[in-house]
Amino acid sequence: MAFAATGAMTETPPIASLDAVEVIYDGRGPALGPFDLALAPGEIVALVGPSGCGKSTALRLLAGLEAPARGVVRRAAGRGETAVVFQSPTLAPWLTTEANVALPLELSGTPRAEARRRAREALAGVGLAAAASARPAQLSGGMAMRASLARALVTHPKVLLLDEPFAALDELTRRRLADDLLAIWFERRPAIVFVTHNVEEAAYIAQRVIILTPGPGRIAAEIRIEAPTPRPRGFRADPAFRTAAEAISEQLASAAEAS
Amino acid sequence: MKRLDILAPVALIAVILAIWQAACALWNVPEYLLPTPTAIGAALVSNAAMLAAAGWRTLSMALEALVVASLLGGAMAILVTLNRALGQAIRPIAVAMQVTPVVAIAPLFIIWAGVQHPDRAIVALAAIVAFFPIFSGTVRGLTSADPDLERLFDLYGARAGQRLVRLRIPAALPFVVEGHKVAAGLAIIGAVVAEFVAGSGGAQGLAWRILEAGNRLRTAEMFAAILALALMASVVHVLFQELEKRALTWWRGR
Repeated sequence: MAFAATGAMTETPPIASLDAVEVIYDGRGPALGPFDLALAPGEIVALVGPSGCGKSTALRLLAGLEAPARGVVRRAAGRGETAVVFQSPTLAPWLTTEANVALPLELSGTPRAEARRRAREALAGVGLAAAASARPAQLSGGMAMRASLARALVTHPKVLLLDEPFAALDELTRRRLADDLLAIWFERRPAIVFVTHNVEEAAYIAQRVIILTPGPGRIAAEIRIEAPTPRPRGFRADPAFRTAAEAISEQLASAAEAS
Repeated sequence: MKRLDILAPVALIAVILAIWQAACALWNVPEYLLPTPTAIGAALVSNAAMLAAAGWRTLSMALEALVVASLLGGAMAILVTLNRALGQAIRPIAVAMQVTPVVAIAPLFIIWAGVQHPDRAIVALAAIVAFFPIFSGTVRGLTSADPDLERLFDLYGARAGQRLVRLRIPAALPFVVEGHKVAAGLAIIGAVVAEFVAGSGGAQGLAWRILEAGNRLRTAEMFAAILALALMASVVHVLFQELEKRALTWWRGR
């Protein structure tokens, strides 16, 4: 492997960051924080924690879809520089796959023909060139998720946020999509933050895994995974992978006990 | 459709008609009280042209009302979802109008429209009853878009107009179509009720045919007009059901 990523370098200014942010929901009390996260350009971070720990909230803060009660959010500001992939594919059923993928461009004023051309490119990039004119209902779960990924990538974002994107898929599709995501990262180098409750997925994809405490979510631990990205073939059988997954599991368990 | 699905209702109707016919003959029921099915059939045939014309009058008034209700209901729904305060302001008025029986306000509209134009009052009254299913269906539809898709529109800085045209209106489509299906049935009922209240031959619709035949104790003709009305309303219902099915198939993409 020619390239081995080594996570964030401390000198590079972060492309997005959360600074002592706190989120409080009316009637439900504090959901997140205080919480810090500095995202270096091109790094892959996984947020892992029990449900209700505010990891999705942290993602929405980075996306600018929610504002914190306290603290500072700095994010890649340009339109289309931050993209989100939701837990379900979230494709509009009345549009073709191509029109769904072109939507972010068309919303920001790209001429229709140009938007459609780039949408087809993005679809080809996730292996869905043939499905451009299909409706989302005609796609399998894995294909729909790929289309959703293509929609996020169509604006060439610098920050890609994924909220448990593969949770609803079967194990095989899930693994294939994890490899696809890493291949996309290798090609485009966006910073990636993804939320998951799957320990092995976190260990497989991320360079840095942040474990959150049960709500309100705070950082319980941070684990760096020192392995080349994308992962070498057979990485899942590698002792380094097993060790990392085990470490994440242990931290998760002790975070749950401590609360 | 399976053969049984067609055969069963046809058989039931045949049995009812046979018993009806036999009972009328057996007990010598006078025709003004309960005409035999054959007499009704004869009245249907001999009045076919008139009933068709009257049916068309009622139907066209109901459809006009549906168009008016569709435009007003759709526009009001959009306004209400764009402005929360406006929605809250309209709500009590809308509820009051919806729960007031159309018969109660019909005389008022007949006065306003003038004796010369009962058809205007009929269209207006039918439009009022058709308005609500369209309005409430559209409001529900416009707020039914996937919250994550709404977030996606936030993320890419969509303008209010883009959100409405590219997300909320298409997301509302199934609800809008269902609202129109319900409204079409109500528009016919509204038109017939208003015609009854108008009570004059000015509009020449099916309700007037029922009234007129009733006043003359021509019960067979009355039955014929009722049958024509039932048939017309059923056809409209089936057409709108088919429309809904097709629209939903297109919308879902399968």
